[in-house]
Amino acid sequence: MDQSVFIFDILLPALMQGLVVTLQLIACSAPFGLALGIAVAVGRQYGGRVTSWLCKTFVFLIKGTPLLLLLFILYFGLPAIGITFSAFVASVVGFILCNGAYNAEYIRGALISIKDGQMVAARSLGMTRWQAIKNVILPQALRRAIPGLSNEFIYLIKYSSLAYMLTVIELSGAGKLVATKYFTYTESFAVVGVIYLVLVTITTAAVSILERRVAVPGTARAATAAQL
Amino acid sequence: MDVLSILIDWLPYLLSGVASTLGLVLAALTLGLLLGLPMALGQVYGSRPVRWVVGVYVWFFRGLPILVLLFLFWFGIFPGLGLGDLSAFVVGAVVLGLRGAAYQSQIFRGAIQSVGEGQMIAARSLGMSRVTAIRSVILPQAMRIALPGWSNEYPNILTDSAVCYAIGVVELLTITARMVTQTHITMPIYLATAGIFIILNYGGLKALHRLEKRIAIPGFGTGAM
Amino acid sequence: MNDNDIVLRVEDIHKSFGGNEVLRGVSFDVRRGETKVFIGPSGTGKSTLLRCINQLTPPDRGKVWLDGEEVTNSGARINYFRQKIGMVFQNFFLFDHLTALKNVELALLRVRGMGKAEARAKALTELRQVGMEDWADHYPAELSGGQAQRVSIARALAMDPDVILFDEPTSALDPELTREVLEVMRKLAREGMTMLVVTHEMGFACSVANEVLFMENGVVAEQGSPDLLLHDPRFTRMKDFIGRIDSRMED
Repeated sequence: MDQSVFIFDILLPALMQGLVVTLQLIACSAPFGLALGIAVAVGRQYGGRVTSWLCKTFVFLIKGTPLLLLLFILYFGLPAIGITFSAFVASVVGFILCNGAYNAEYIRGALISIKDGQMVAARSLGMTRWQAIKNVILPQALRRAIPGLSNEFIYLIKYSSLAYMLTVIELSGAGKLVATKYFTYTESFAVVGVIYLVLVTITTAAVSILERRVAVPGTARAATAAQL
Repeated sequence: MDVLSILIDWLPYLLSGVASTLGLVLAALTLGLLLGLPMALGQVYGSRPVRWVVGVYVWFFRGLPILVLLFLFWFGIFPGLGLGDLSAFVVGAVVLGLRGAAYQSQIFRGAIQSVGEGQMIAARSLGMSRVTAIRSVILPQAMRIALPGWSNEYPNILTDSAVCYAIGVVELLTITARMVTQTHITMPIYLATAGIFIILNYGGLKALHRLEKRIAIPGFGTGAM
Repeated sequence: MNDNDIVLRVEDIHKSFGGNEVLRGVSFDVRRGETKVFIGPSGTGKSTLLRCINQLTPPDRGKVWLDGEEVTNSGARINYFRQKIGMVFQNFFLFDHLTALKNVELALLRVRGMGKAEARAKALTELRQVGMEDWADHYPAELSGGQAQRVSIARALAMDPDVILFDEPTSALDPELTREVLEVMRKLAREGMTMLVVTHEMGFACSVANEVLFMENGVVAEQGSPDLLLHDPRFTRMKDFIGRIDSRMED
């Protein structure tokens, strides 16, 4: 069979269907992963003793466990105790937990880097503790956490491929099916790889634009450099 | 049936998985070091083509998911090169190592670049060749600066090594899955494996931090970082 | 004067960075055992001149000879000449990962190929020369600036150089520490070491220098014994410069 016929008529259409699923996985995971990261970081930093301990333990356990094992637990393990997810939902839940735990570390680092004076000033204006965190501390911390959060987002793009191990036919799964059927492993996975490279490269470029967009004069860069 | 006694019966098998996983991680870390360090040197001191080649390598191996890399090399590239007889373990270790090299090279590059310019000038002023200066003055400092970042490669590779399950490497996760299939005990076995990974993860990190303290030198931030 | 006494000959050195010509033809001879001090406003190429001598910065034009052998265009042999031309830097540049002793030993082992015991003995001797033998096992981060600079002098001395280049050796030090470093340099001068010193320390220049070279705009503007440049009415430019510094310090 002609190489170009194979690539354009068989491989790419299949991969595009897979790409849609990959994008759905990312779209369903990323917002909740960010929200979870914020919640865990704030809980760890500003919560009571129990909340703080719970948040810390959550991050400890998730970071210590391979994501693939976590996915197995969610998809194959939970039904044994009566909780059943579809493969897609199990994947998304796994990605949210994993992404959330890593995001929390970056956000917490950023929270710590915000000077005490910011909280004092906010409280002196009559804000409650939570109002101060929400309106003063977090907006600054999230800006500082952007480089780390973007890194995690890029990891999410790549690790979304593990959903295939739960039978979700996303981009790499679609590539694997075509490769096996037509015995075209190198070509298929090479094209799959190129698509991931494009996704990652576009995201990296978008992130640097975002960073410039949200930069506040006199804050972000110098502060990050000082922390290092 | 008593879950605990079954688990104990299977324990030697599970431990063989631990050994296999640690073997993967050690091989990958070593390969990553052996390739990553010269790559970093090439990127800092090399000619333009060398820097370009290393840059493309890094971009490629950092841009692809580990699962796709494993599939690509296991099903495609190695058989295509006539290396189809390589065991899944070897391929898994090599792919983890090749990818680790991309990450490690960037850790070392940053560390080399953070060694003050004066160190090279002083070394050359004493009559050292460039190579001697890099070996005796720049690298010993860069390695110390790199160690905290390098330590984080260990948990990364440890957790990624589980993906080698996908190409049939008989490591901890594969053995876990087999045990689940054969014993029909699911959650306890999964949680036991998770516990083992967590112990390996933080135990290894602790050992690395101890190493950092041991080789700490006044004026180098390694101990405190 | 016997030509054999000349250990270092510098001839018509030119150097530009971008469009900026920092050195515009500098020449001088250095006799064995002599101390030459370079004085002048900053940015007149004094430090660049020193780096052109040992080729850390290759000059655009001009030649340098050490003991009658050409240092410029010497290819890989430059590493030999650099052993014979020691250098001491404003910011010490001690090897931060090595103790004082190992700093002095390193080039003995790796460049001169000395055995361990011999290198250690030699390094200790040089540390004693600069009064730092008690600090042999301390790391640079544990030393004061003055101590670090003395170790870096010992490091240069260990190579048995024909000449040592001092590039503003006390500019990063406060007065107390400056004194201990100048004391060591004074001692070296007395013992017959050949030295080229870029400095702003007029006191040192007057008491130690055999010759002062006043540099301005990339050339040697005035040259002579300290006494001559300071007191002979035919020489005015260095006196003007010193006057400017003094009045600035009084502000």
